[in-house]
Amino acid sequence: MDYFIELFCSGLSRGAIYALIALGYTMVYGIIGLINFAHGEIYMIGAFTSFIVATVLSILGFPLLAIVALSGVAAAVWASAYGYTIEKIAYKPLRHAPRLSPLISAIGMSIFLQNYVLLAQTSDFLPFPELIPDFEFMEPIAHIVGSSDIVIFITTAVVMAVLTYVIKFTRIGKAMRATAQDRTMAMLVGINVNNIISATFIIGSALAAIGGLLIASHIGQINFYIGFLAGIKAFTAAVLGGIGSIPGAVLGSFILGLTESFATGYVSSDYEDVFAFSLLVLILLFKPSGLLGKAETQKV
Amino acid sequence: MLNLENVQAGYGNILALKNVSLNIQEGEIITLIGANGAGKSTTLMTISGVVTCRSGKILFQDKEIQKKSSDDIVKMGICQVPEGRHIFPQLTVKENLDMGAFLRNDKAEIKKDMDYVFSLFPILAERRNQDGGTLSGGEQQMLAMSRALMARPQLLLLDEPSMGLAPLVIKQIFEIIKQINKENNTTIFLVEQNANQALHIADRGYVIENGEITLTGPAKDLLSNQEVQKAYLGI
Repeated sequence: MDYFIELFCSGLSRGAIYALIALGYTMVYGIIGLINFAHGEIYMIGAFTSFIVATVLSILGFPLLAIVALSGVAAAVWASAYGYTIEKIAYKPLRHAPRLSPLISAIGMSIFLQNYVLLAQTSDFLPFPELIPDFEFMEPIAHIVGSSDIVIFITTAVVMAVLTYVIKFTRIGKAMRATAQDRTMAMLVGINVNNIISATFIIGSALAAIGGLLIASHIGQINFYIGFLAGIKAFTAAVLGGIGSIPGAVLGSFILGLTESFATGYVSSDYEDVFAFSLLVLILLFKPSGLLGKAETQKV
Repeated sequence: MLNLENVQAGYGNILALKNVSLNIQEGEIITLIGANGAGKSTTLMTISGVVTCRSGKILFQDKEIQKKSSDDIVKMGICQVPEGRHIFPQLTVKENLDMGAFLRNDKAEIKKDMDYVFSLFPILAERRNQDGGTLSGGEQQMLAMSRALMARPQLLLLDEPSMGLAPLVIKQIFEIIKQINKENNTTIFLVEQNANQALHIADRGYVIENGEITLTGPAKDLLSNQEVQKAYLGI
């Protein structure tokens, strides 16, 4: 039973990380109908930024809590700047182009950013400083659930709660929902749609960067390539839940995280990805719009 | 109040508006009639800044607006109720109305305007917490007009408000258009295929064919014009 709970907890924290990334995919898709394949790279850049900031701060002798907070903020801000810029450079000029064009542009952006970080940093794995210590009060259950799992889960829960509040109740959140539902009408009621699209990229990127920080500190190493698999997995989670749907992305992420965790624990870690993507294939076969997604009705 | 001078606009290689000039005075109800694809909706979308004006000038209160963004144009006081109503389907009736007042900050006045549109269309008050997508066609048209009124427009652009509605509802909608024009002195630019109804409430009318204005005059004259009767009134 302990083993089951252990797998369950690690599945939840894995799912939480996927959710942080998947939200960016699903929000961008909701607003402009684009799969932003460079989103995984944003997460990777977030991890690198927090790595650099955390390393510098720890050399300067800052206390751990300040290091975590500052590197988190720095990663979110820097990754947001990337997300914002990518949209302006690679997607905005193609907004009225056929749907395939921005998709190809996104893949190009993803390859470009990977190689850019490869050249600017290194191809080696870098040891990531342990930002989440083992808490003492966790000791009695440490063999079942790790401190970083708890931190990841709580952080994600807080971030989700804030995001839900923003989208449901604030002016910008309402404008985002309106733009997602009907862009022309959003323009006609006076919403500056360009700003809303930028805001979506900024929020999505900040979430991915926080995910990058958490996972890097959990796993303990990063390199330029981590964004690829994480991006694909989060994308899978978003599709699983129904792309474009925010609760769907969260649900899909947890299902994916738990599936992987149980597959690793009860079968073999070699089969982790097989299970993850089999799940995707099954969903696409039996419910192509995803668990909580709505089937797109074509107007005739 | 609004002047279009030799406006050209279109989509891709298609020039939907070849040469459109018209003017609207404050307080008037002006109608633009024409067949399917003549350029009626494009005219409104170009005024609203959604379709780019390729050449010519659009003047609103003597200021050029053809280069302005759609949100700036709303800010200046031009609101549109587009064809097909474009209700935000997963926002509630109240949230749809809130979106209409998106650029305003005067909470007390917004509340007042919401009460005003609820008095115009009591059914909307009953359904205020229902999703916009669940309303009937007539209710959606009422909501779309109310949403535009929430911005307190000086000029209200209405695109085919009668489309797909039952005759009784159409009558009600046209009554309300007249009422809005009288009570708030809101200038109204009404695009209609239902030429008969439109010309009966309008002061003046324009006829558009293939992206060009071919005829204009007082609504009464257009109603008795033989060509208009033949082409648009089915007489």
